[in-house]
Formats: sequence, structure tokens, C-alpha cells
Amino acid sequence: MLYPPFRDVHRHGNDCDVVMNEHHSAPPAGKPKGPLDGIPFSVKDNFCTESMETTCASRMLKGYRPPYTATVVQKLLDQGAVLIGKTNLDEFAMGSGSTDGVFGPVQNPWSYSVQYRERAGADAGWTIAGGSSGGSAVAVAAQTSFFALGSDTGGSTRNPGALCGVVALKPTYGLLSRHGLIPLVNSMDVPGILTRSASDAATVLGVLQGLDKKDSTTIPPPATPTHLPEEIDVRKIRIGIPREYHAPGLSAETLSQWTRVADLFEREGASVEPVSLPHTQHSIVCYHVLCTAEVASNMARFDGLEYGHRSALEDSTEALYAATRHEAFNDVVRRRILAGNFFLLKRNYELYFMKAQKVRRLIAQDFARVFHGGVDVLLTPTTLTDAAPYRQFIQEDNRTRSTQEDVFTQPANMAGLPAVTVPTALSSRGLPIGLQLIGPALHDTRLLALAAWLQKRLCFPRLELAGTWAEPGDVGVAPGLQGALQGHT
Amino acid sequence: MYCTLGRITSSLQCVALYLRPVRHRCGVYVGPHVVENRGGQNITRHRKKHTTSLSQSQTPHHHNPKVPQTPTWECVREDQLPLPTKVPPDLVDKLERLALLDFRNQDGVDCLEKAIRFADQLHVVNTDGVEPMASVLEDRTLYLRDDRIEEGDCAEQLLGLARNTLEGYYVAPPGNIPLPERDEREVLLKYSEM
Repeated sequence: MLYPPFRDVHRHGNDCDVVMNEHHSAPPAGKPKGPLDGIPFSVKDNFCTESMETTCASRMLKGYRPPYTATVVQKLLDQGAVLIGKTNLDEFAMGSGSTDGVFGPVQNPWSYSVQYRERAGADAGWTIAGGSSGGSAVAVAAQTSFFALGSDTGGSTRNPGALCGVVALKPTYGLLSRHGLIPLVNSMDVPGILTRSASDAATVLGVLQGLDKKDSTTIPPPATPTHLPEEIDVRKIRIGIPREYHAPGLSAETLSQWTRVADLFEREGASVEPVSLPHTQHSIVCYHVLCTAEVASNMARFDGLEYGHRSALEDSTEALYAATRHEAFNDVVRRRILAGNFFLLKRNYELYFMKAQKVRRLIAQDFARVFHGGVDVLLTPTTLTDAAPYRQFIQEDNRTRSTQEDVFTQPANMAGLPAVTVPTALSSRGLPIGLQLIGPALHDTRLLALAAWLQKRLCFPRLELAGTWAEPGDVGVAPGLQGALQGHT
Repeated sequence: MYCTLGRITSSLQCVALYLRPVRHRCGVYVGPHVVENRGGQNITRHRKKHTTSLSQSQTPHHHNPKVPQTPTWECVREDQLPLPTKVPPDLVDKLERLALLDFRNQDGVDCLEKAIRFADQLHVVNTDGVEPMASVLEDRTLYLRDDRIEEGDCAEQLLGLARNTLEGYYVAPPGNIPLPERDEREVLLKYSEM
């Protein structure tokens, strides 16, 4: 792998050889299979890939080779895209830093950049990549893959996307099949797309969206094509700035970028207006309850009998289950399951779980009201700050960090809406800051068109890694590959 | 940053602060990170780092009155919440049996109590007359495929994933044996780790 110190990819060797050989043995008809033929991509390791180890960065699934491939991965392979590897994540996608997986933490390549080293100083430690799809974000940022798949339950694609300076799309819930995505929260999970440009994301979205008979929560895609228009006319767009998205802890620099981009939209003729989503501050609490409850249910399948880790303790079935789960789940997973079980106790069911479901409706209604009032898209920060140094990040436990880091991202999951993070600028430490656009359901393409419009004007700098083969000014992608994708935008 | 409650007690070293909007009379906006309370001196070291980086920042100051320049979240007061929940040993045991997982140590129990306290903030939201929402697709008719067998014949492949099978069966230890009591369980699990 190109950048092994980042620990973004942990699957290589024989598995990838198999994938590469299959690709090379395709008949040389001279015609590409589709817009992604030959394009290298990576996939977060919670998507099942037939006969390729799929671990969810957990001891529980170490050595597990699924008997099937996730629909979204299969669609990409059918196109002729080349799977480079499975990327690192927080264990079972629980976390916002990609620091809690069994393979170790993911390092943000921007903390090895010339920009960071110059501004933060030589002793500045490396920073987190965000999570839980950290490995996927790094794979795209460090250009080991052209695009990557992540999963997004509370912001797990957009958070690392923002911290690693790439475009990360959370599609409308139901647009992309979840078949083969090892579930965390069935009512919120979506596969996410990470790319360096919004037009690439639109291409990948076009390939992946669609009804899947193996996932009954998929919905028909909109009839409009996913190719982005030449340029969207922002004079026809109404942008909403939700006042509740200035949450405590928002850094001055992120606030400044949020303001700058609002100014930019306004200068170019868009209508920018303040709006209110009154239940925003309760959204993170609601998410915490619903997430742990669904996790408690979904993790019940791991008992050691049919797949995955199995303890040697065979005194009784229950003892086997308890020992298997004790040995193979990390603290984060265990604590979420136990919290979920607490909220689902008979005495707590109405008080916590049903209450959270009611608050969820209020949150969804907040968005519906604003969009029905004529606003086309909401502009918000994606994360509170730029990437924290690892040493600082781990001083708080995973749950606390998630409640901080997921503040701006999880409301879109609660309401099932599409959202995209766009790399905006570098902070004073030389680390990426991203901003988020949230749109009404099924308006993913318009969201990406706006993201593309922004990217053109923001001129986000290229990552310059200190002391590596990539010289500043190099085109990061081989011209052939760049052409292959651009031809289809 | 989450808006949680904190209470300075003699036993706690760390205090999670209320985050208060600056324009209100309740006080100065303090940075988002946990502040250590050592011997009466509040050390806001994260905030200090943050301020230092600001002073070095070359970011031009932008101003647009439509973007809120100060935090807008409202404080949740202690008296708005129910009493804090303690998780006694019998509840610990019950949860461990239900989840077939162990808390492992007191930290695990403390973590659960903090998680419950955080969730208690839901109670300040008025949900009278609001129906629970289980799925965002509740208004849609979802596609169900025909009840027709289209794939299968993969028993061998599936059995191949399990560690212990025999003649086409998954092998499980004897059932209907309740989990041992908590103390015995702890010993058992420690043994299983080895």
C-alpha cells in the first residue's frame, strides 16, 4: 500500500490479487463496462465482500469471510471498478475518531502535510482522521483510492470527510441498498460515498442508487439524472442558515468559514436567510438513545454459533454466548449494548425509547417545515473544530466524544435526509475544515451540484505530504484515470 | 459540544460545564472541553490552546448577520431533570443477563450512569400529542419481493463459517442451564480470557 503509516487499509495481499486477476481477465472488447471501469476504490470493512475477510475492526469477526457481497460493492465490481482493499474503522462503526478498532487508530494524512508541520510545529503529534469511516476518508485524501465507500449512521462518513478534506455524501435514506452492510442502526444507516470532487460523487451515486429486492427499505430513485449540470444557477437557490447550528464548542475558525461561505452565496445572488430548527439541541440526545437501543438489538446476533469468534468455554449455551461476547467486543461496543438494554427495559421503554422516537418525529418535522417553506438547502458546519491531536482526543471516552463530534451530522440521519460535506479551507494549524449542505429527501443531485459550485470557488488546497514521493504541484492522479472520470461528469 | 449537567463534588476531578450563550447574564462563555478542577484553580488548557491558535490565525474575519455569531443552545437546568439514576448491583446483574455481556468493572457502571444522565435531557422536550417515529419511510409503500425461492443450496458454504459443526448441524453446548451468579461468572470469564 502507498501509505502504510496511516493504517487506513488493512486488507491486502492475496485477497486483492484475486480481485485484480479477475479484472485483468475481462475480455478485451475495448469498451469500458461503465463510467467506473478500471477505477480503484476502497470499501469500509463493515461491508461484506465475498470470500474477503470482513472484520468490522473487531475480534468478533476476525477471520470471517462472508458468503456474499454487499449490493453496493457488487454494483461497483460489475462496473469494472477495482477494489483495492477494505478500510479501517472504529469497531463496528461505533465512534467518531476511528481510534477504537482492533487494528489500531487511523492517522490523518493532513497531520503529515507540509502545511501542518509548518504551522503546528515539529512536535505536534498526528491527528485523528475522524470516524467511524476514517480509513475510507484517508484512502481518498491520500489518493490511494479514487473514491471510497463508508457508512453513515450519525455522521460517520461526513465527519472523517470534513477532517480529511474530502467530499463526503450521506445519501437520502433508502436510496442506496444496505444489503451486505453489517447493520448498526437499521433506521438510520446508509452507505456513504467519499470522493475528492462532488462530480465524482454524483457519478458513483448514479451507479449505486436504486431499488434492491434484497433490501426492502430501498426506495425508487428520482427520475432526474445524476449527471451534474454544467453549473447550477444559485440565483434560484434559497439557502437556510439554521441558528441552532451554532452549538457550544464551535471553533472560531469554523464559524468564520461558515460565515464566509454564506457571504459567498449571497454575493453570487443566492438568497440566504436565517431559519430555525428548534429541536436541534435535543437531537444528539435522541440519537444517543435510539442508537444504543438498535445496537443492543443488532449486536445480539453475535453469539459464536454460526459465524465469528467462538469462545472455548462450553459449559452451557448461555455461558458460551457470554464468554464469546466478553472476549470479542471492545469496551465501546459493550457499553453501547448495555446502555441500549437499559433503555429497552420495560420500566424505561416509554420513558426513554418511545420518548426518543417522539423527539425524532419533532426533529424530522423541523426540517420538513423549513423545506416546505421554500428553502432549498441548509448550510451548516460539519464538525465543531478541525481534527484534534490523537493524544488529546483519547482523553475523553468514546461516548463523550461521539456526543461532541456528531452534533451537526446526526440530525440528517434522524430525518433520513441527504447531506454532503465540502472541504472549505485549512485552519490556522493547516488542517481541513468542511461545511455541510443538507437538502430535502431525494434531492441528492442538487445538493452535489451546489457542492460542485462551491468547490470551484473555494479552491481548497491540495494535500502536500512532507518528505514523500509526491512533490508539491504534482497532479495527484494519473492523467488516464482523471480523464476516465471527468469524461462522465 | 453536548449540553450536560455537572456538579462539582469533592470526589470528582473533572467537571462538565453547562454551556451558556454569551449574551445571557449567566456568565462567560467557556470553551467546550472538560475543565479540570485542581485545587480550586480551573485550568482551561484546551481553551488556551484555542486562543493561541486564534492569535496566530491569518483567517480574515467574516461577518454576516444571518449566521449566528454566538452559541444559541439553552441551558438545561438540574431541576428540569428527574433525579439521577443509580445502577444498583441487582440491575447490573439483570442487564448482564439480558445482554449476555459483562460490565467488567465499576468504570462500565459509571459510564452507564453518565449515559442515562445524558439521556435524561429528553424529558425537557414537550412531546404531547406526538406520535413516535420508527422509520423515516413510514409514509411509503415499500417493495416486497415475491415469496419465491430464487437462491439457496448453500448449506455447506454457510456451515463452513462456523467453528463447530457436525453432520450438517451447528453444535451448541447444553441449553436450559442458567447463567451462574455474578461472582462465579466473573471467575468464569477471567478463565475464558486465558
